[in-house]
Amino acid sequence: MAKRIDVKDLNVYYGAFKAVEDVSMTVEPRSVTAFIGPSGCGKSTFLRTLNRMHEVIPGGRVEGSVMLDEEDLYSSKVDPVSVRRTVGMVFQRPNPFPTMSIFDNVAAGLRLNGTKNRKVVAETVERSLRGANLWNEVKDRLDKPGAGLSGGQQQRLCIARAIAVEPQVLLMDEPCSALDPISTLAIEDLIVSLKDSFTIVIVTHNMQQAARVSDRTAFFNLAATGKPGRLIEIDDTATIFSNPVQKATEDYISGRFG
Amino acid sequence: MSSITGRSAVDQAPGPAGDVPRGRRRLGDSLFGGAASASGVVVIAIVALTGIFLATRAVPSLLDDKVNFLTSTEWVADPGALRFGILQILWTTVSISVIAMIIAVPVGICNALFLTQYAPRWLARPAASVIDLLAAIPSIVYGLWGIQVFAPHLGGLQTVLNDALGWFPLFGGPISTGTVFIAGVVLAIMVLPIITALSREVFAQTPAANKEGALALGATKWEMIRTAVLPFGRAGVVSASMLGLGRALGETIAITIIVSSVAPGTDFFSSWLQGGETFASKIANNAAEFNDPSSTGAYIAAGLVLFVLTFVVNAIARVIVNRRKAFT
Amino acid sequence: MSAVDTGPDTGLSRQSAFAPSRGQGGRAVRNAVATGVMVLAFVIAVVPLVWIIVTVLQKGAGLLPDASWWLNSQRGITPRVVGGGAYHAIIGTILQALATAVIAVPIGIFAAILLVEYAASRLARVVSFTVDILSGLPSIVAALFVYAFWITTLGFSRSGFAVSLALVLLMIPVVVRSTEEMLKLVPNELREASFALGVPKWKTIVRIVLPTAFSGIVTGVLLGLARIMGETAPLLILVGYSQSINTNLFSGNMAALPLMINNDRQQALAPAVERVWAAALTLVLLVLVLNIAGRVIARFSSVKK
Repeated sequence: MAKRIDVKDLNVYYGAFKAVEDVSMTVEPRSVTAFIGPSGCGKSTFLRTLNRMHEVIPGGRVEGSVMLDEEDLYSSKVDPVSVRRTVGMVFQRPNPFPTMSIFDNVAAGLRLNGTKNRKVVAETVERSLRGANLWNEVKDRLDKPGAGLSGGQQQRLCIARAIAVEPQVLLMDEPCSALDPISTLAIEDLIVSLKDSFTIVIVTHNMQQAARVSDRTAFFNLAATGKPGRLIEIDDTATIFSNPVQKATEDYISGRFG
Repeated sequence: MSSITGRSAVDQAPGPAGDVPRGRRRLGDSLFGGAASASGVVVIAIVALTGIFLATRAVPSLLDDKVNFLTSTEWVADPGALRFGILQILWTTVSISVIAMIIAVPVGICNALFLTQYAPRWLARPAASVIDLLAAIPSIVYGLWGIQVFAPHLGGLQTVLNDALGWFPLFGGPISTGTVFIAGVVLAIMVLPIITALSREVFAQTPAANKEGALALGATKWEMIRTAVLPFGRAGVVSASMLGLGRALGETIAITIIVSSVAPGTDFFSSWLQGGETFASKIANNAAEFNDPSSTGAYIAAGLVLFVLTFVVNAIARVIVNRRKAFT
Repeated sequence: MSAVDTGPDTGLSRQSAFAPSRGQGGRAVRNAVATGVMVLAFVIAVVPLVWIIVTVLQKGAGLLPDASWWLNSQRGITPRVVGGGAYHAIIGTILQALATAVIAVPIGIFAAILLVEYAASRLARVVSFTVDILSGLPSIVAALFVYAFWITTLGFSRSGFAVSLALVLLMIPVVVRSTEEMLKLVPNELREASFALGVPKWKTIVRIVLPTAFSGIVTGVLLGLARIMGETAPLLILVGYSQSINTNLFSGNMAALPLMINNDRQQALAPAVERVWAAALTLVLLVLVLNIAGRVIARFSSVKK
């Protein structure tokens, strides 16, 4: 599983407005990469180009390439829908489908992909819930509505839903910012355990979280308001947080802005 | 179309003078509040009185009825020799409404989906207005157009149905000029804007987070709609359909114009390819003869049944919406 | 399971991991079909509208440019005779609508005020439910009620005013709901600011809330008028058709556009047929103008949804 991501000279536009400029980076398989930076600097926008979700907003487009193990996600032969089966996403606010039970939520992606065999679905649901550290808490109420769980449980449910379709890459857009500290810790532990199977990219505005959880960290910033966001520096997490090369990175890390 | 009322800040706040005891309300406030309450009472009174007056005027004729009101197909409204029953009328009314619903509900849902999920922004608003304009056209114009311009085009389809399925009671011949079927199709067009508008409202409120969640799992647009939009909007669509049904049940002049009348005293028939009368058209057709209280009472009895039917359908629709609102 | 490669990285065995594979192509097809169905549904909705408007224009436009259509009545005109106009019907429709509005609008606005500004009261909740029921009341039932109440019980005779009374029942819910929506949109901060200045509640509503919601109220009134002008059932039951001009709402037969249409709709003679469609066009124009005016005013309102 777990693929490598190679981004080269990526520019992201919404209509005529350039949101993110000239990003190039490599993400190794089975690692966790964190994107940090001040609000509005384009980290989430860039994240969404990795599974072509930015196209959902009218006018969203890119120039440049995003390669998943030598496959260009943006080649004209590629259907965005199939990209999203390979690159999964967990959102900032937990969004379980409100009309579905816990079981159906996790199974949703599987069933869309055509998996009908009840045994296979049930096994995959259990495996995913275990993988998301939620199984023990919900195994007796799989048919209850997904929306009835606490915030942290809902987010783990969304993670289970995402990993049930066995993506190669898992994108997480500030997954803990809507959660309390205890749930946050639970999810951080989960992320560390998931990296054995997936390539993970996580956007976070919490630097300590990035330091705890990631192998590599990328720092994004804006030149000025209204200008596109750019990748300033990407390096091993330990290096970024102790010995960053760029001054802007050091200023952000030490809290001089952001 | 909400039944949950907003709350005004002034409502919750203490009186204007702060610590002045409640007894000393200003005259202006009393009068104004009184006018508001009085209007509310008038509204309630109207509905209550409608039920009461219809019932009061209908009961004597019902008691005088020489045949069973619910099971007879006769309709003789001569005072002193009342023989009236609603079986045939009920069947015709329900048939026309069912045909209209079968067509209007799926088309309405698809339209609502088109307007909220598919149409580009520049098209969505004018397109919605266009569909709303369908509702603005007066029913009598629908009736005229329906029987004179539209009905001839349905002749071919009706013949096919009769030839292929004529053995089945619903499609038995001989085919009348103005049939239940034609009226049902025209009524579907009349009811479509209501169903579309209300379904549109509810689909537009689907949380973007759920739609994105479905897309992020690799769903196609249609699968996203099936997973996130339709389940979310289920209660609203049911409610919209019930309101459309209520409208269909009560339609008068279009039905009166389109559906051929049937000779009095005919035995019960169930074909959709023949004429008939609904509650509303029966009353409308005989309005000129409302001279005697006893015979008028027969028609008022029919009106009472219609009142109860639409009351129930509308009440169900509102209850569904309100129960749903309690969870959002 | 998905046919997308999920095994260890042994290299890919096909062209692209993202090209649609066995079993997945069907999903794309279903998606395309769904899109087609939605567009088709829209076309199905638009075609009758265009068809009806074109029909009415084609068949009825002939008589409208003539000044006599707008100034004369049908007095003395038989189905065989060309000529006469719709003035009696137009004036009848307008007078009945005005009488309706005079009664329904104040009641409707005050009821909406009850629902929004006095929302805590139990009365308000009952009224809200009742307005919903009233909005689903068939016009023929409203007409029957007025017949049973005004004519049979109170003993009045059929008249244009009786029609107006029935139309009041149909107009009130429209005015209430649109006024209610607009009042709810007025921000609470405005009320609080007024209250903080010591202005009594009733004055706050009259001077601050209502003017802010004014255009929405106007829209509701216009849409309500458009609705009732097209109603035929009350006319059939509560008044007789007159071919001459009668501006007295309280006595005698009166004309109205739907009645004029209904009177001759079964005629086969060409002059009568043409007049029927011309009256239909007149009615459609009247209703559409009110409808569009209402929506345009709503667009320019100071309080937006």
